[in-house]
Amino acid sequence: MIQVRNLTKKYGPNTVVKGLTFTIEKGRIYGFLGPNGAGKTTTLNMLTGCLAPTEGEIIINGHDIYEEPEEAKRSIGYLPEQPPLYMDMTPYEYLCFVAEAKGVDRAEVDEAVRHVMEETHILEMAGRLIKNLSKGYRQRVGIAQAMLGNPDLIILDEPTVGLDPKQIIEIRELIARLGENHTVLLSSHILAEVSAICDYVMIISNGRLVAADTLENIRRSQIKENSVTVTARAPQDKIEEVLDKIDGIVKYDMTAVPSVDEVWDVVIDVDEGIDIRERLFTEFAAAGVPLRKLSSAEPSLEEVFLQLTSEDRAARGYDIFDEVLGSGTQTDADTEDEEADAFPGYDIGDGKDEENNGDDDFDDGGDEDDDYYVPMFRKTADEDEGDDEE
Amino acid sequence: MSALYRKEFKSYFNNMTGWVVIAFLLFIAGIFVNAVNLNGKYPGFEVSLGSMGFVMMFVVPILTMRSLAEERATKTDQLLFSLPMSVTKMVLAKYFAMLSVFAIPLGIMALYPLFLLLYGSVNLITAYSALIGYFLLGAALIAIGLFVSSLTESIVISAVVTFGAMLLCNLMSGLANMVPNTSIASFIAFTIVIFVLGYLIYSMTKNYWLAFFCGCVAEAVLLGIYIFNRTAFVGSFADVMKWLSLFDRINTFIYSRMFDITSIVYYISVAALFVFLTSQSVDRRRWN
Repeated sequence: MIQVRNLTKKYGPNTVVKGLTFTIEKGRIYGFLGPNGAGKTTTLNMLTGCLAPTEGEIIINGHDIYEEPEEAKRSIGYLPEQPPLYMDMTPYEYLCFVAEAKGVDRAEVDEAVRHVMEETHILEMAGRLIKNLSKGYRQRVGIAQAMLGNPDLIILDEPTVGLDPKQIIEIRELIARLGENHTVLLSSHILAEVSAICDYVMIISNGRLVAADTLENIRRSQIKENSVTVTARAPQDKIEEVLDKIDGIVKYDMTAVPSVDEVWDVVIDVDEGIDIRERLFTEFAAAGVPLRKLSSAEPSLEEVFLQLTSEDRAARGYDIFDEVLGSGTQTDADTEDEEADAFPGYDIGDGKDEENNGDDDFDDGGDEDDDYYVPMFRKTADEDEGDDEE
Repeated sequence: MSALYRKEFKSYFNNMTGWVVIAFLLFIAGIFVNAVNLNGKYPGFEVSLGSMGFVMMFVVPILTMRSLAEERATKTDQLLFSLPMSVTKMVLAKYFAMLSVFAIPLGIMALYPLFLLLYGSVNLITAYSALIGYFLLGAALIAIGLFVSSLTESIVISAVVTFGAMLLCNLMSGLANMVPNTSIASFIAFTIVIFVLGYLIYSMTKNYWLAFFCGCVAEAVLLGIYIFNRTAFVGSFADVMKWLSLFDRINTFIYSRMFDITSIVYYISVAALFVFLTSQSVDRRRWN
């Protein structure tokens, strides 16, 4: 439906979007996630023809947006960050104008406008001037505008910013309903929003796509294999005894589960590349210690997001706090990193520099690391294409 | 395109702009027709019209200041860009909407010669040819205003700069008389113009060498003409300024009573040039 290849945007010396490549399939709700200033709005503006890319191509339903803009734009409804409303018009007049401009038949304009106003619950505001409407209603008029002309793809740039919680919920419900009949691309920096509505997530950081997959897969990809959490019922010294027998454990932290006797949560850090889960099971079983839970540490969505978007830290695979506190948990990624070896003790500062200046050459090393951490990105995009064809 | 045209046209009457333009033009026309034709008992409607050139300096900025600057300030241009409509069509729709608003008071003024006809003999042909000339003058000036409006997102700056441009157009022939007539003065003046044009080329293309090359070629041609035919430069800069004076050309319609095809082509060319520049300037913003 949309193919984006090597999309790049430069503002003078600054590269805001760096070689984005992705595909959008029909019938899903896509979340476009990234911290402020990551290049989300710039990308969306390029997708909708409001901005010209420095390099790369955008093909919408088979039409290149710069070679056949009118055909390509017919498939798109766009709500920019700030709803593009004419304050001197009423929602009805405004929507009629947009419908006609999108080429809806004169005879069907009224019906089309009424339909989108019903969908977005703004019928009762149809006759007021837009300048007198509240922000929530303005946002809905903006969404209604994007729905007109029945485009295949609706692109919404941060549609819930500045709304109160009730309005946010209403807009989310509206977007979920839109997803039934349209493909929706929704940009946001609010994680809860994306996880609540979207089927598929693209995470962008510093103008680069760092992950693109279903939320579940992204989360799974970020599981640290070298950390295992165990809940066991036994006296503390007995658990320690069992753990000491197992090779490859770097360290472990025990915390008593409150209000239950002799039940301990143990977070075990292991050498990279070793899966000790089965070993743990047999050892605990052999010692007669009941295991109540055994799981690899699963990061929350927030952790995944932070990890992916602060690419240098994520790429090196160590936590900045570990370094500061000197707890001594060195992971493999750290030692693999040549830069870290060359400048021991300067890693944190380096990482920050790299993040701030976003320099292309400097980031090259980071690229490889991105691939290391998100190896499934391009592959899965292709796989999904295959799935849909079936 | 027609949807945007209708929306633009209506928007001039949703706020004060359209009404102010119409009222102001009709008010001034009323004063002159009253003074010249009724009280002065003079049947030439075109003479009243001839006195109204200065009105354009106020009407055009009011009409054009918001056209593109406001779209940019309120970010509604993003809607227009995302609609299936080319930039040229978008600019043309806005331009024709402004022309239509401007045509309304002229349409009402077209009745005045008919009223005068009730009381004596009026040369309708000269009256209406002057009215057409006046409309085309407006069309050219509105295109300039539209272009200025596309350069900024501040309505105030747009209005002030457009007013300045109108003032310059109006004073052009007067200034031309003050310019020294010697060939060396003209040469220097043209050189300065080449520098300014070179800078404009640079600022639009950001290509230093292109601007430098164009400037050098133009300067070489200028120098060649200066060396081989120095007399051609006598008073030539003043002539160019007079040629550029939009307001002066209306006088052929009024005082010479000619339906001057050259001026008509001139006005239409200026309008087309500035509409083209406007669509270029709007389109260019998407690229940087």
